[in-house]
Amino acid sequence: MRYSSLSLLRQGLTGHASWPAAWRSPALAQSYDAVIIGGGGHGLAAAYYLAKLHGLKRVAVLEKGWLGGGNTGRNTTIVRSNYFFPESVALYDFALRLYEGLSEELNFNIMLSQRGMINLAHSDHDMEVMTRAVNAMLINGIDVELLDPAQVRAELPLANFSPGARYPIHGGYVQRRGGIARHDAVAWGFARAADALGVDIVQNCEVLGFLIENGLVTGLETSRGRVSAGAVGMSPSGHSGVLAAKAGFRLPITSYALQAMVSEPVKPVLHTVAASWATGMYVSQSDKGELVFGAGLDLYPSYAQRGNLPTTQAIVAAVLEIFPAFRRLKMLRQWAGIVDVPWDYSPILGPSPVGNLYLNCGWGTGGFKATPAGGWLLAHAVATGRHHPISAPFDLARFDSAALIDEAAGAGIAH
Amino acid sequence: MLLIPCPWCGPRDEPEFTYGGEPAVRPGPAADISDAQWGGYLYMRGNDKGPHREIWCHSFGCGQWFVLERDTVTHAIFSARKP
Repeated sequence: MRYSSLSLLRQGLTGHASWPAAWRSPALAQSYDAVIIGGGGHGLAAAYYLAKLHGLKRVAVLEKGWLGGGNTGRNTTIVRSNYFFPESVALYDFALRLYEGLSEELNFNIMLSQRGMINLAHSDHDMEVMTRAVNAMLINGIDVELLDPAQVRAELPLANFSPGARYPIHGGYVQRRGGIARHDAVAWGFARAADALGVDIVQNCEVLGFLIENGLVTGLETSRGRVSAGAVGMSPSGHSGVLAAKAGFRLPITSYALQAMVSEPVKPVLHTVAASWATGMYVSQSDKGELVFGAGLDLYPSYAQRGNLPTTQAIVAAVLEIFPAFRRLKMLRQWAGIVDVPWDYSPILGPSPVGNLYLNCGWGTGGFKATPAGGWLLAHAVATGRHHPISAPFDLARFDSAALIDEAAGAGIAH
Repeated sequence: MLLIPCPWCGPRDEPEFTYGGEPAVRPGPAADISDAQWGGYLYMRGNDKGPHREIWCHSFGCGQWFVLERDTVTHAIFSARKP
C-alpha cells in the first residue's frame, strides 16, 4: 500500500484497524543471488539498492536480532557531511544528498530536519584550526560558514557565554544542510521498500559461519540453516571483527561502546545541533522535546551494549559545561551501541580477502549519517564485483600501503 | 565502573587506567618484512568477543604497564600480571 494523506484518511475512518504489515516475514530460502548480513539501516539500504538499481531478483537480508535494533536504533540521529578530506566529503555528502530525497524515494517519512549543525571553538587556536577545516570544506564544495561569537550566541542563546566559562566560546562554524533524521524510520523505510521489491528480510537469523570453496564464499551457515549465495555483503557494524574471524581474516578494527542518552522532554530550547570538539559533546532536541546527547567512547574494547558510569558522568559534565541551563533536567534513558572503529576512523568498503564477500564496515562512531551511501556502495560492490570511485579510497588494502584517511585528526572527530 | 587489579597497586577504579591495545610482537628483521606483514602488525586487531588479552597502563597511579585478561562481553576481569 502506498502511504499518502488519502490512505491515512481512509485508515483513520476505520479506526486504523486495517493497515497492512510494512514487510513480510518470509522463511529463509535455500539460495539467493545475494545475501546481506546485518539488518540495520546500511544492510537494508544495500538490499533495497540491489533490487532497485541492479535488478537482482533474489536478495536476502539476515539479521541476528530485530531490524534496526543495533546501532541504527542507538545513535543520536545526526546527519552532516562536514569532513576534512576530499575522499570523506565525496562519501558523506553523497549520503546527505541521498537523505535529502529519501522520504520521497521510499514513500516513508524519515523526518529529515536540516536544522543545521554548529561546531564550537573554545580558544583562538581552536578558531584557527576551524578556519582551516572550513576552508578545506569550502574547497571540497561543502556548505559551511564560519561564525563569530555574536553569531553563535544568536543561534545558541543558552550556551555558556559567562565570563568564567571553563570553555569560553570564541566562535564556531555551521553546516546548514546538517541536521537530524528519525533513525528508526530510515531502517523501516528501507525495509518496507526493499520488501516491496521482493527482498526477503529474515530476522532472528544469525550467521554462524561462511562456506568458502577455493577462496570464494558460496554460502552461509546460519541459525536457520544453510543458505547458498552468489555474493555476500556484510554490514555488521560492531560485530565486523567477529564475522571477519569467521571468514578467516582480520580487520584493523576495535569495537567500543559508544553511549548516548536523552533527558526528559521539554519545550523547544535548541533549534539546531550543537557540538564541541574540545569537550566531545554533541546535543540536539528531538521532535518529542527530549535533549539527545552523547560524547566520548568508553575507551576499551567492549561488546556489552551499555556504557560505564565514568564515561556517562564525563558526557553529562561536558553538556552541562556548554549548556548550564540543562542541569535541572532529569535524565530519561541512557544506552550504548557497539561501534567498530578502524585505526584511521574511516570506513572499510568493497572487496574482502575472500572472493565474493564484500565489506561495509568500520563506520565507527559515525555510521548513521552515511546509511544510504553505505548501502548504495555495498550494493554496487556486490552487484558488479568492483569498487565505485567513491568507495575505492576506502579499500581494506590502504592498511598495507598506509594510505590512510585519518579523519580522527582531519575532521577532529570527537571520540 | 571497572575495578582493575593493578599488579603493583592492587584494585583501583577504571578512570585511573588507560587501555593500550592488544599485546603484539614486532616482526623483524625489517628487511624481511612485507608491507602486508608490517600493516598487519601496525593495524590489524583480533578484537575478540569474549576473553581478550590487553595491555593497560596505570596512568594516574604507578604509571606501569601490565597485561590484563578481560571478557569484552561481561567485562569480567580474569587476571592481571606484570609484563
